[in-house]
Amino acid sequence: MVRIRRFEERSLRAYQAKKIGGFLHLYIGQEAVAVGCCSLMGKDDHVITAYRDHGHAIAVGMELNPLMAELYGKATGCSKGKGGSMHFFDPSRNYWGGHGIVGGQVPLGAGLAYGLKYKGLKGACMTFMGDGAVNQGAVHESYNLAALWDLPVIFVIENNGYSMGTSQARSSAGDLARRAEGYHMAWGQCEGHDVYEVRACMAHFLEEARKNSKPAVVEIRTYRYRGHSVADPDNTYRAKAEIEEYRRTKDPIQVFQSILLAEKVLNAALIEKIDAEARAEADVSADFAEASPFPTAADLQKDVYWEADNPSERKSGGRLFFN
Amino acid sequence: MPVLQYREAIRQALSEELTRDPNVVVLGEEVGQFHGAYKVTEGLLAKFGPKRIVDTPISEAGFIGMGVGASMLGVRPVIELMFWSFYSVAFDQILNNAANVRYMSGGQINCPIVIRGPANGGTNVGATHSHTPENVLANHPGIKVVVPATPYDAKGLLKSAIRDNDPVMFLENTMLYGDRGEVPEDDYLIPLGKADVKRAGTDLTIVSYGRAVIQSLAVANLIEQEHGKSVEVVDLRSIRPLDIDTVLASVRKTHRVLVVEEQKPFCGVGAQLAYMIQSEAFDELDGPVARLCTIDSPSIYSPPVEVEQLPNTERILKAALEALG
Repeated sequence: MVRIRRFEERSLRAYQAKKIGGFLHLYIGQEAVAVGCCSLMGKDDHVITAYRDHGHAIAVGMELNPLMAELYGKATGCSKGKGGSMHFFDPSRNYWGGHGIVGGQVPLGAGLAYGLKYKGLKGACMTFMGDGAVNQGAVHESYNLAALWDLPVIFVIENNGYSMGTSQARSSAGDLARRAEGYHMAWGQCEGHDVYEVRACMAHFLEEARKNSKPAVVEIRTYRYRGHSVADPDNTYRAKAEIEEYRRTKDPIQVFQSILLAEKVLNAALIEKIDAEARAEADVSADFAEASPFPTAADLQKDVYWEADNPSERKSGGRLFFN
Repeated sequence: MPVLQYREAIRQALSEELTRDPNVVVLGEEVGQFHGAYKVTEGLLAKFGPKRIVDTPISEAGFIGMGVGASMLGVRPVIELMFWSFYSVAFDQILNNAANVRYMSGGQINCPIVIRGPANGGTNVGATHSHTPENVLANHPGIKVVVPATPYDAKGLLKSAIRDNDPVMFLENTMLYGDRGEVPEDDYLIPLGKADVKRAGTDLTIVSYGRAVIQSLAVANLIEQEHGKSVEVVDLRSIRPLDIDTVLASVRKTHRVLVVEEQKPFCGVGAQLAYMIQSEAFDELDGPVARLCTIDSPSIYSPPVEVEQLPNTERILKAALEALG
């Protein structure tokens, strides 16, 4: 959690220094959700998420260097500078992105689960979305298919209270996860500031998915400290006091720290050491990104078609590109 | 050689590929128990069982997106759209996910999916059911687009599409499903991106694809008999990749070109072809590149007027004679 936060704080500084383009959707405040969920992953489990994807990428074990380099648009980035902040991928760690369209990744998550079941593989797919995604049609189509065909998928709604600048009360009727009842699907909800609570809640549904191929919808209530993206004004739809109150009482890192301090697993020196190491690692990633080369225009038409990238195995003729 | 209907040739391709590769799975509305809305998949459920032939709910964004996700794990879904017109409700899954996932992951993920079904007018089903989206699809790098005109081509191209590691959009035609032609029983493949000179000629090149090829061939025969002119018909078969070299070779022979397409004209495939022909063979042309398209309005229901709206032999004949000068 500390590594995620320091990485994102460092990326924010780089964004403000105009080293990073486009949008930067920070996960700060939500760390216990990705960490709690992904810490339960076995080697057969899979993850896919939306565009607020830095936390999940780090939680599944991706190194910081290629992530920061991706933010910088560098060729050493995890997607070679072709994806950007919203499109981190690492299939070697069963991490399937990083998707930019609200709710658009949810059918893919159902499909990963379908693929596991079709191939007779073990494991389940955690399909993350924000509270803003729950009203998209593709999400409901995915719920139906998952329930109809008993797909091993957990739809995880990370409810940070706001879909961009629109509060849940202004955008969604009823309880978000309870909608699963309409599909005769199991559902649950928990608080997302306590990594233990997240793990306890998710462990049950993951086991059901892995062992009995049963899907579920889980709403995890959380909060983001920054705007929807850092380019957005954050003073039109919520009060600063609301952010401060959450930060003071429910900050996921502070909550975890205080538990570990009480249990004497941590002490002040160790906290400082972890923090210093995380800051240093984030700084190193920024240095790595800074020193890395940009992709070139010659890279534009690579990674578009498998065939174009594997010319010795190409079966088709004709032109694939039109300039 | 056996003579098969176009739909039977597609079915044979599906059956052979289902037998060859356990990762191939056919999904779509009514493909199993109902035998397919156009009977393309008739009998496949009995032969391969419900794991391989999957009836889906009416939920195109859901099952196409699901197919894309499964393909990332190495499953090879062949998804039937009852009509290609229904792609609009799955647009995001096709054009953001299938087309882009390889690129956005820096080449780490493949999407070996085929989406197939009919894309045509001429059956009096009105504007919502008569879309021809080959130009829209081909506008997206990452996607391949195939439009077969004959049973022989349909089988060989579909088998190649299913074995392709990139997403392939396979556009059939309800007006051709009953057409018959010779189709070998053996395991032949037609590579994507190879145009086929369906008729050799010397005075005019008609470039076409899909059902318009069949109509153009009829017109070419008519012109030969009644006007003594020799028309070459080039069937693109594949829109992307595009075999422009075969088109240009024909243009260098005939020096006159007519593009015939069942498409609305604006930003259509013919516009791209005309650009490439003038750009790469300008000095070979004895006249401007001519086009005959669907008349530019939403597809009309009224049966006799729909015949007028689409390319038909009368309209193609008139355009060809004008192009012949």
